[in-house]
Amino acid sequence: MTDQDKILSDVTQSEYKYGFVTDIETDIIDRGLNEDVVRTIWEKKNEPAFMLEFRLDAFRKWQKMKMPEWAYLKIPPIDYQSISYYAAPVQKAKYTNLDEVDPELIDTFNKLGIPLEEQKLLAGVAVDVVMDSVSVKTTFKETLAEQGIIFCSISDALQEHPDLVRKYIGQSVPVADNYFAALNSAVFSDGSFCYIPKGVRCPMELSTYFRINAANTGQFERTLIIADDDSYVSYLEGCTAPMRDENQLHAAVVEIIALDRAEVKYSTVQNWYPGDKNGKGGIYNFVTKRGICRGVSSKISWTQVETGSAITWKYPSCVLIGNNSVGEFNSVAVTNNHQQADTGSKMIHIGKNTKSTIISKGISAGKSDNSYRGLVKIMPGATNSRNFSQCDSLLLNDTCGAHTFPYIEVGNKSSKVEHEATTSKIGEDQIFYCNQRGIDTEKAIGMIVNGYVKEVLNKLPMEFAVEAQKLLQISLEGSVG
Amino acid sequence: MLTIKNLYVSVDGQEILKGINLEVKPGEVHAIMGPNGSGKSTLANVLVGKEEYEVTEGEITYMGEDLLEKSPEDRAKEGIFLSFQYPVEIPGVPMVNFLKTAVNEHRKHRGEKELNAGEFLKLMREKMDLVDMHPTLANRSVNEGFSGGEKKKNEIFQMALLEPKLAVLDETDSGLDIDALKTVAHGVNALKTKDNATIVVTHYQRLLEYIVPDFVHVLYDGRIVKSAGKELAFELEEKGYDWIKKEN
Amino acid sequence: MSVITEKTDLSLKYISHFNEAKELLFADSPDVLNQHRKMAFQDFVMQGIPTRKNENYKYTNLQPKFLPDFKFLHKNEETDASLAEIFSCNVPQLNTHLTLLFNGWFYQKNTKSGKLPEGAILESLEKVAKNNPGILQKYYAKIAETGADPLVAFNTAMAKDGYFLYIPKNVIVEDPIQIINMLKSDKDTFSTQRNLVIIEQGASAKLIICDHTLDLNQYVNNSVTEIFIAENANFDYYTVQNQHNSTTSINSVFVQQEKNSNITTHTVSLHGGLIRNNLKILINGGNAEANMYGMAFLDKNQHIDNFTQVIHAKPHCRSNQIYKYVLDDKSTGAFSGKIHVVRDAQKTNAFQRNNNLLLTDTATMQTKPQLVIDADDVKCSHGATVGQMDEQAMFYLRTRGVDEEKARMIMMNAFAHEVVQQIKVETLRERIDELIEKRLRGEVARCHDCSYNCDC
Repeated sequence: MTDQDKILSDVTQSEYKYGFVTDIETDIIDRGLNEDVVRTIWEKKNEPAFMLEFRLDAFRKWQKMKMPEWAYLKIPPIDYQSISYYAAPVQKAKYTNLDEVDPELIDTFNKLGIPLEEQKLLAGVAVDVVMDSVSVKTTFKETLAEQGIIFCSISDALQEHPDLVRKYIGQSVPVADNYFAALNSAVFSDGSFCYIPKGVRCPMELSTYFRINAANTGQFERTLIIADDDSYVSYLEGCTAPMRDENQLHAAVVEIIALDRAEVKYSTVQNWYPGDKNGKGGIYNFVTKRGICRGVSSKISWTQVETGSAITWKYPSCVLIGNNSVGEFNSVAVTNNHQQADTGSKMIHIGKNTKSTIISKGISAGKSDNSYRGLVKIMPGATNSRNFSQCDSLLLNDTCGAHTFPYIEVGNKSSKVEHEATTSKIGEDQIFYCNQRGIDTEKAIGMIVNGYVKEVLNKLPMEFAVEAQKLLQISLEGSVG
Repeated sequence: MLTIKNLYVSVDGQEILKGINLEVKPGEVHAIMGPNGSGKSTLANVLVGKEEYEVTEGEITYMGEDLLEKSPEDRAKEGIFLSFQYPVEIPGVPMVNFLKTAVNEHRKHRGEKELNAGEFLKLMREKMDLVDMHPTLANRSVNEGFSGGEKKKNEIFQMALLEPKLAVLDETDSGLDIDALKTVAHGVNALKTKDNATIVVTHYQRLLEYIVPDFVHVLYDGRIVKSAGKELAFELEEKGYDWIKKEN
Repeated sequence: MSVITEKTDLSLKYISHFNEAKELLFADSPDVLNQHRKMAFQDFVMQGIPTRKNENYKYTNLQPKFLPDFKFLHKNEETDASLAEIFSCNVPQLNTHLTLLFNGWFYQKNTKSGKLPEGAILESLEKVAKNNPGILQKYYAKIAETGADPLVAFNTAMAKDGYFLYIPKNVIVEDPIQIINMLKSDKDTFSTQRNLVIIEQGASAKLIICDHTLDLNQYVNNSVTEIFIAENANFDYYTVQNQHNSTTSINSVFVQQEKNSNITTHTVSLHGGLIRNNLKILINGGNAEANMYGMAFLDKNQHIDNFTQVIHAKPHCRSNQIYKYVLDDKSTGAFSGKIHVVRDAQKTNAFQRNNNLLLTDTATMQTKPQLVIDADDVKCSHGATVGQMDEQAMFYLRTRGVDEEKARMIMMNAFAHEVVQQIKVETLRERIDELIEKRLRGEVARCHDCSYNCDC
C-alpha cells in the first residue's frame, strides 16, 4: 500500500516540459481595458468597420456582466485592468518564405515539436500557428486554395473575405453569450479561419497551434470554421505556454457552422501550463466552443484531451438545428496537483431525429478537483431524438475530488435520453495483475489509465492520438521531458 | 528452489496459515489439495506478494534469497508465475501491449535485449499454438469479455511466454470443461523441464490425472496435515475430505 | 425589473405576515420552539420565496403558488369529531397505530387503534414541547438547516405543532404506525407542520404517512421533519401523497443516522398540484445504510420535484436511490439527487438511478443527478433515463394477444414494480399496487373504503 502511494505521488508530480520562454521582440500594448483599448486593437489590426461595432457592442455588454460563479471552481479574483490585451511578435509583414521567420520562433516551434517547414510535415497537416494572439504562419495555404478551401488567420480573413466573416461571426457564440465570450468578442486579436466550400472533402488535417509567450498578457483567440453543404474537415488544436508564477488568462472562442450534410471534427490537445506542484501560476483556460449543426444530416464532433491549465472552464457544445443532425463530445480530462477543471458539454436538440453522444473520462490526482458538467436538452419539437451520455471518473488518491453534474431536460415522449456515470478508484487488482507479470506499478498505472481513456483517444486523428497518449504518460508517469 | 519454513499468515487479523513447511526442488510437481477455506489460495497469493496477506511468522526462501522482502514485480521477474484463480479484466489495454511490456520487463531484468514488435508477434504466435488460443484474442483487452475457459487458457499462454522457474496454478481447473482442461494440462506439461517446478493448487483430483504430481500435500485448517505421493490424490477422491477432517 | 419587484412583493407579503402574527406565534408557545423563530425568520428574509434563479429551485416555480391570500392557522381550531369516521384510510388487515393530523395540527381526539409498546411516544409536538422540553432541546432544529432553504426557514419561524415520535432503546415496534395528514378548511389555507422522530439505539419502527385533502380550497402545506436514528436502529419511512390539484405540498425531511443503522424511505406520489420533496440524509456513522425510493404518477398540469441529498460522512456505508416517474398530459417532473462522499469516507458504496416515462409530447422531465466525490476508495454511480415505453416489449405482448391498452398497463405496472417491491410491509405493498393500478387506469386513486369524494 505505502509503495503504491509513493509511486502515485511520484507520478502525480511530473513536470511541465513546455515551460520555456522565447526571447522574441513583442509589440505589446499597455495593460488595462476600456473602449480606447478596444479601438486600438481594431486599429492595429486594420479591420473593417463592422468589426468595431461588433467589438464595442461586446465590450459594453461585458461591462454589465458578472463572472459566472456556478462552476465547481475556486477562481481567485481576476484584475482585468492588469492584463495587456494585445501582444504580438514583431513582424514586418506576413512571411512568404520560411527563411524570413525569426529563427527564435522557428526554434520555439521545433522545441514544441511543431515543424513549420512544409516538407518536413509527416502526414501533411496544414498548420496555423498563433503566438500570443497573433497568427505567425500558416502552412499549405496554397495547396488548400486550389480546392477553394480558405485556411488562414482570422485577421487575414477579415481583410480578404470580410463578407464571409461578417455573415458567420457571432452566430454560434453571440457576443453576450457569457462573460468570457463577451470579453473575447471585444478584444480578440487573432485565431484561425476556415471555410470548406460545397462538396469538398478537405484533403488534410487542418491544425492551429496556440502558444502564449509574453508575460502579463491574456490570450484571446477566435476561431471560425464554416463547412458548406456536403463538405468535410478535421481540425486540430494544440496549446502550450511558458512556466510563470503569475496566472495568465486565456479566453478563447471557437465557432463552427455545419451546413447541409457537412461534417466537422474538432480535436483539441490542451496542454497549457498547469502551474507548479504548489498551485502557483498556470493558465486560466476559460473557453467557449460551440458548433451549430444548421444543415440537415450535418455532424459536429468535439474531441478533447485536457491535461494542462490551472483552471479549466470549458463546455464544447452542439446546437442540433438541422433534422437528423448529430453531435458528439469525447473528452479526457486529467487534473493533477492543484489543478481544477469544470468541463463537459451541452447538446441542444432542436431538429427532429437528432442524435448526440457524450463520453467523458475524468482522471483526478494530487489535490485537484475534476468536474463533469453537462446539459442535454431535448426541445418539444425535437421528436425521435436520442442522447447517450457516459461520464466516468477515476481517482488516483484520497486527496483529490471527482464530481459529476449533468442536467437533462426532455420535452417530448418519442425521444430517449440515457445518462450513466461512475466514480471509482484505480483497480488495485489490475495493478497487482500487472505486477505479477513483472510490470512495475508506475508502468501499470500508465497502462491502465491509457486503457481507461482509449475509447476517446481512438476518436483522435492518428498523429494526435500518439501525442495525446504520450502527454498522458507524461502527466501520470513522472518522466520529465 | 523454494523453502517455506513455519509460515503463519493473517488476513484482516484472522490467521489463515498456521505453520506451513514446504520444500520444492527443480523439476518437481507439487499438488496442494484441501477443502474450501483451508488456506490453499492464501498460500498461492503469499508466494506472489499480495499485500492483504500479512506474514506474521516464518520465512520463505526462493533461489537462496529471502522472498518476502521482494516486490511482486521482482518476484515475477525472478521467475515466479501465478495462474490466477480469477484473472482480472483490464478494459482498454490490448493483450499485445500488455504482454510485450511484461516480456520485455523480464528480458531487461535478465540483461537481454528487448524484443521489437515484429519479434514479439512471432514469439506470441508460437506460444499461442501451444494452448490452442485464437489469435484474435490477442487484439482484445486483457481478459475483457473472455469466457471462463479462455481466461484460464490465457493464463497458461502467458506462462508459456514468460517461462517461469516456479509456476503456481491456483484452481486452474475450476470452470473448465474436459476439452479445455486437457488443453491447459497439455500446455503445462509441454512447458515442464528439469529446471522448473510447478505447484498445482486444486480442490479436485481431476486435473492431477493430466498433470501428474510427484508430491501431494493436503492442507487443512492452515496446516499441511498429510504429504505423500500421487496415490494420495486418488485416495482423497475416493474418500472425500471428511476423512481428513475426522482425523484432525 | 418588474420580475424583481414582484418577487420582493411576494416575499414581503410573507415577511409582513410573520411580523403581524409574531405575538400569536410566541404567545402560548414553549421556549424550545420560540428560541429558533427569530434566527429562522432572518434566514427567510435573506432568501425570500425562491425563484427559478435559485439553483435548488431551477425546475420548480413556487412563486405563483404563493400568490393567493392564505389563511394561516397559528392556533389549533376545533374540528368536528366525525372526521375520523368519514375518512378511514387505514390499510386493511394492517394493525396500524392510526393517528390523524389536521391542517398540520395533531388531532387531540385521536382514537388510538392499537397500543404502542411501553415507553414509545406518539404525541403532539407542541404538547411534548410543553411537558417535556428537555428532549426537544436536544434534537429540535438541529439538522433542519434554515440557511440553505427558505421554506425550512419559514417553517421554523412559524412552527407550532406536528407529530412527535419517540421509540426507546431496543424497542421493536412490529406494527406500522400510520399518520394521516388532512387538509380541510373553509378557505384557502397555508399550513405549517413540524415533526420530530427519534429512534433510539437498537430500536426499530415503520411509519406510514398519508397526505390528503378533503375539500377544493387551495392549500400550501409546508412541512419539516427531522429524523434521528441512533446506533443499530432501523427506521422505515413511507409517504403516500394523494392530494388534489390545487395543493402545493413542500416536504423537507432531514435524517441523521449513526453507525450500523438503517433508514429506508419510500415516497409514493399519486396525486397533487405541485409536490416538492426535499430529502437530506446525513450518514454520520460507519457501516450504516440508507435506501431512498420514490415513484410518481402525474397527469394534467401536475408537477413533482424530488430533491435528494445523501452525505456520506463516514467510511464503510451504503446508499441506494431509485426514483421512477410516469408523466402524462402536461405534467412536469424534476429530479435532483446529489451523492456527496466527503474526504476519508472510504469504502463507500453509493448508487442512484432515475428512470422516467413520458406518455405525451407535452409532458416534460428535467433530471439532475450529481456526484461530488472527495474520497478515492469508493464505488459510486448514477444513471438517468427519459424515454417512452419499450415499443418492442409492447409489440411482443400484442403478438401474444394482449390489446394495446392492456399491454400499456402491464408495461407501466412493470416499470413501477421495481420500486413497489421494495416496500417491506406486505399489506401496504398490495395497497400501493392497487392504488397505482387505479391511478394508471385514470380512476381516482382512493382506497375502496374511503367515503370521501375527492374527485377533483
